[in-house]
Amino acid sequence: MKDQDLYNYILGIADNSLILGQRLGELCGHGPNLETDIALTNIALDLFGQTRSYYQYAAKIAGDGRTEDDIAMLRNERDYKNVLLVEQPNTHFGHVIARQFLFDVYHLQLMNALQHSEDEILVAIARKGVKEVSYHKRFSGDWLKRLGDGTDESKQKIQEAIDHFWPYTDELFDMTDSDKRMADQGIGVDMTALKDDYYKQISEVLDEATLTVPDNPYSKRGGKQGIHTEHMGYILTELQYMQRTYPNMTW
Amino acid sequence: MKKDWPLWEVFVRSKNGLEHRHFGSLHAADAEMALENARDVYTRRNEGVSIWVVESKYITASNPADNGEFFEPAQDKIYRHPTFYDLPDEVKHM
Repeated sequence: MKDQDLYNYILGIADNSLILGQRLGELCGHGPNLETDIALTNIALDLFGQTRSYYQYAAKIAGDGRTEDDIAMLRNERDYKNVLLVEQPNTHFGHVIARQFLFDVYHLQLMNALQHSEDEILVAIARKGVKEVSYHKRFSGDWLKRLGDGTDESKQKIQEAIDHFWPYTDELFDMTDSDKRMADQGIGVDMTALKDDYYKQISEVLDEATLTVPDNPYSKRGGKQGIHTEHMGYILTELQYMQRTYPNMTW
Repeated sequence: MKKDWPLWEVFVRSKNGLEHRHFGSLHAADAEMALENARDVYTRRNEGVSIWVVESKYITASNPADNGEFFEPAQDKIYRHPTFYDLPDEVKHM
């Protein structure tokens, strides 16, 4: 493949949205109430919309006859490059909000920076995505503050969730060799430059939510190399079931 | 969670120039959450350009039991309707 780095780079971004969207999709009909149920599945649909644009572009670059659906649905676990954070289970509403917020802050940084890419298609996807992701961050940030500044129980649960996901945040800023080459060419984003701002933004919101910023130097990583947690296999089983059972099935 | 949340009425303006219309109701803890919930529940298919929310308890409604005295006297007074004028063809949108 001529543009292997670009292909890898796009998949790194797209897979985060796909797997997080799948996780949020599990809540469809199971949200805490009608309003948040719809809000979370809206976010899932936003993410799926974005992944379509990425996978269509990736399919064009690959040029080997695979479609966007083939790339999304028919890879093996090791070939998915999403970060570990997005594959973590929903557990309870506090976990859903904490995971979402820790991802949304990063995601908005990425969408903002990607608008200055040398690649026109990535710029177009980012311009569309930035509005959606701004709303995601507003939603998850508002809820984080409500839960933190809410009852004793909600505060304890959201703090536990933030503490739980904290070790997964460092990986968001890891750059693979392809990521680095793309950043050097002005196509990709240099995420290491955004890391300080990320933790600054997170700390500000946690302060406002009367929550404690975790002081945990330990970090978990591996998703970007395709080394996933035990949850990933179960997600893919559900995600891929239809295409694996009825190959080439279409709507 | 939901049992503690008050009910809100949602009004959405579909296009600039049109009035806000009642779209439905939802539960939310406060006005800000009501706006966000309204955005997610009622405008996710591009239905609106502006949203109003008002807590349902602030709406004073007429009592259906009073419908007789409220509305029925208007039914037999056709002279209150401007239906006896001939409209020139040039007048549109009447």
